[in-house]
Amino acid sequence: MKSLAELAAIRERMKDRVVLREGQGDIRVVVGMATCGIAAGARPVLSAFVEGVANAGLSDKVTVTQTGCIGICQYEPVVEVFEAGKEKVTYVKMTADKAKEVIEKHLKGGSPVAEYTIGQNQ
Amino acid sequence: MKELSLNILDVAKNSVKAGASLVGIEIDETDETVKITISDDGCGMKPDFLAHVTDPFTTTRTTRPVGLGLPLLKLEAEQTGGGLEITSRHRDEFPDSHGTVTSALFYKNHIDMTPLGDVIGSLVTLIQGSPDIDFKFIHKMPEREVSLDTRELREVLGEDVPLDTPDVLVWITENLKGQYSGEE
Repeated sequence: MKSLAELAAIRERMKDRVVLREGQGDIRVVVGMATCGIAAGARPVLSAFVEGVANAGLSDKVTVTQTGCIGICQYEPVVEVFEAGKEKVTYVKMTADKAKEVIEKHLKGGSPVAEYTIGQNQ
Repeated sequence: MKELSLNILDVAKNSVKAGASLVGIEIDETDETVKITISDDGCGMKPDFLAHVTDPFTTTRTTRPVGLGLPLLKLEAEQTGGGLEITSRHRDEFPDSHGTVTSALFYKNHIDMTPLGDVIGSLVTLIQGSPDIDFKFIHKMPEREVSLDTRELREVLGEDVPLDTPDVLVWITENLKGQYSGEE
């Protein structure tokens, strides 16, 4: 089991880096986590983004946050990607696997995965 | 909901929205029952709102006038022969002791019992979504007890390292998994 000593080690390792991260993050990934999103499966989608962004080494560039109801419950789980200077991309009916693909192609590669966007799912 | 842990996530988010600084999540399990209690020190509800809070057409959301979080939890509890109980003190009337306690009782051997599911996933999601709020979690089972208090983690992490740091979230997941499997 992970002990408190290991938690203290994380603190030592992270405390300088975290300060650098403040105010950065050009890309914001927002996952809808109201009742509608949760019931449709948003929790594993959020976990996939949180873990995937960290594992891909994108934590300095990408922040993953949660929000309430976005207003299009029938398309949940909904994920919005905001990037400075670019149009918002709305992904719908997301899954953990689709999230991995979005991390790879969009967050890392720079090109949105068109087939999962709301425009192609109406 | 497919898992009660998703109801926990959903209802605890009401506490977050109510401006709570500490949210308690307790799962009290016996051989026959599961009691889930979510308590907070948020703004609380006024009696007239509380009276209709399990009505699907009562909600705090602004996108549409339907809120299914508490009605779903109530339904899931009642379909096992249990029920939902909510008490609340609004801050206007109780400036020093405001908050809400939501408690749902389930009979777990009933055929319509919803499985508890991934409780760790819900807790980690709550902490990731609200790293500045404290969560006190305890899961009592006949064979063991699992607990986590983010105030204790914060003491170790200091002010420099927030709870939503990916490494910290992984630590929380692994720590809880260890406790559930009975590791020392």
